[in-house]
Amino acid sequence: MLLEIEDLKVYYRSKKGTVKAVDGVSLRIDRGEMVGIVGESGCGKSTLAYSIIRLVQGEVRGKILFDGVNLLELSEEKMRRIRGKEIGMVFQDPMTSLDPLEKIGDQIVETITEHENVDEETAMRRVRELLLKVGLPEDRVESYPHQLSGGQRQRVMIALAIALNPKLLIADEPTTALDVIVQERIMDILEGIKREGKSVILITHDLALASERCDRIAVMYAGWLVEMGKTSEIVKDPLHPYTKGLMDSIPDLWMKKEVKPMPGNPPDLTDPPKGCRFHPRCPLADDVCRREEPPTVNLGDRIVRCWRWANASEG
Amino acid sequence: MGSLKEYIIMRALLVIPTVFILLTLVFFILRILPGDPIVAMLGQKVPPEVLEKLRAELGLNKPIWEQYIDYLSHVIRGDLGRSMIWGRRPVIEEIMDRFPATLELTIFSFAISVFLGITTGSIAAFRRGSKIDTGMRLYSIIAYTLFIPWFGMLLQMLFGVYLDLLPIGGRIDPGLEPPHITGLYVLDSILTMHWRSLESALAHLILPSLTLGIVLSGAYTRLVRNNLIEVLNQDFIRAYRARGVRNRKIAFHAMKNAFIPIITLMGLQFAILLAGAVLTETTFSWPGIGTFLLERIQYRDYTSVQGVIVFYALFVAMISLIVDVIYALLDPRVRY
Ligand SMILES: Nc1ncnc2c1ncn2[C@@H]1O[C@H](COP(=O)(O)OP(=O)(O)OP(=O)(O)O)[C@@H](O)[C@H]1O
Ligand SMILES: [Mg+2]
Repeated sequence: MLLEIEDLKVYYRSKKGTVKAVDGVSLRIDRGEMVGIVGESGCGKSTLAYSIIRLVQGEVRGKILFDGVNLLELSEEKMRRIRGKEIGMVFQDPMTSLDPLEKIGDQIVETITEHENVDEETAMRRVRELLLKVGLPEDRVESYPHQLSGGQRQRVMIALAIALNPKLLIADEPTTALDVIVQERIMDILEGIKREGKSVILITHDLALASERCDRIAVMYAGWLVEMGKTSEIVKDPLHPYTKGLMDSIPDLWMKKEVKPMPGNPPDLTDPPKGCRFHPRCPLADDVCRREEPPTVNLGDRIVRCWRWANASEG
Repeated sequence: MGSLKEYIIMRALLVIPTVFILLTLVFFILRILPGDPIVAMLGQKVPPEVLEKLRAELGLNKPIWEQYIDYLSHVIRGDLGRSMIWGRRPVIEEIMDRFPATLELTIFSFAISVFLGITTGSIAAFRRGSKIDTGMRLYSIIAYTLFIPWFGMLLQMLFGVYLDLLPIGGRIDPGLEPPHITGLYVLDSILTMHWRSLESALAHLILPSLTLGIVLSGAYTRLVRNNLIEVLNQDFIRAYRARGVRNRKIAFHAMKNAFIPIITLMGLQFAILLAGAVLTETTFSWPGIGTFLLERIQYRDYTSVQGVIVFYALFVAMISLIVDVIYALLDPRVRY
């Protein structure tokens, strides 16, 4: 077990009230697996990701055990030493995530020397190796960010994220800003990193992408984790009505399946619906769903948070 | 680099119409004002024949448009003409005699304003929303709205009269002038190792440059604060944090990003700096171009006033051009 999140709650204070962006999420991530976190926009995926490295503005409660240490209890300096060194992060927008005034090489070198006592020369040699690894020519060390394409910049971001060999890589929509072919390349690199025994959290709103690449998938809805399990099982047999809705809304190239876009929109997180947060959009909702919050049900290596399964597992 | 060269040439060419318009305005406004150099110098009681004779010597008896064409044709050839009063020295000599004093004051005021602006602005940005931030913003507004002669006199009263620490006027104690090399007393006294001159020159510089520097710093405080806050909210700053880069280093990167656009403002501020220098110089009897300009406006010394305007305009244009080139050299996005 590399990462264990227990009953995580992240609340933002805003003018409209408290935004319950993540509300009671528990999940575990093993070494060497790629886990996809999927869900519609605004359901709290990024908030979950940033709270792991403690870079959210909101108030965080719960437990985040990384290698057995609760990150939420560390001092700021100890946390800094974990960021980048133990946990790497790749961002959604590679165009704005690099310092426009520093050369690519210098940015990577700085990341290395902030954590390790190496001389510039050794660091520079490692930078060149890193660039090759993410598929960039070595001479890119001399480039400035604006001289690179979006795909190249995302490769640089990955090089930065893995520069110190972190055990966990969190990628927040790493391919959303890129075209499909580049997207595949970037995903190949992430998969390569996973095969080296690292854990990867892939955050995406694209269930198709997650189901192609991830070992396990966690589905989030309105700050809740509604379903989690092996990718193959989730794809074959989605348990939660929301997961099913997501699957139905994916166009399929091969099977002439009917595409049914899900009706409705995710709720306002300052004032989520009573009972199950999904009930206003759920085709199967009944009285209990409207009244009471469903429990999280463990079904072997699968979790689902839905009254249908709570009742089924009891009776 | 080709485009940078073209840009410089374009900018240089644009200076010509600017100077031309300015000069034309000043030329006619001066002549609309009542009085002329002869009357201003000799008073009303001079016999009319003498007056006429002296006017003819200065060419003031010719129709205005003829005087204008005449003057322009000289300026185009780089000749600013001669002063119309007292000894009729060439205008360019009069300017060059006083320019070092103005330049010295300007450099010190500029340094003070940039230093204060960057310090207060950065503190405000890093502590945004706090009481310190409010304090710095208040400082910026007050500094910006201070009236130079009033503020200058306040400092004179406080440090010159009440505390009796610093001289309240002039550039240096009489007799201590260092040998002339550049005309900048501070630099000249260092170069020739006249330490007492240096001490005196610096003491005389403190109040005027502080006056001008503080007033000008208000704009920088605001700008540095707003720019820095904007940069601090950018994705790449969060990316630095996510990589565990220390806050000190992140602050450095943020400031670098925030300051580069401010450099262009410095070029623009320079014109304001020179205008402020005129007020500061008269407040502190600083023997620079500003004092000269006001004196010569009073005496209706047309050629001297026109000469100063042309000189100022060219100087401002040159500085803003240099600033733009520096900007282009510092920002890789412009450089490549
Ligand atoms: N700093 C903040 N202050 C207040 N509310 C916030 C803040 N950041 C995010 N939120 C809110 O928290 C909720 C979850 O946001 P989050 O960015 O985690 O969603 P997401 O799943 O990553 O969405 P997307 O797919 O659009 O990136 C949203 O309703 C958002 O408006
Ligand atoms: Mg997001």
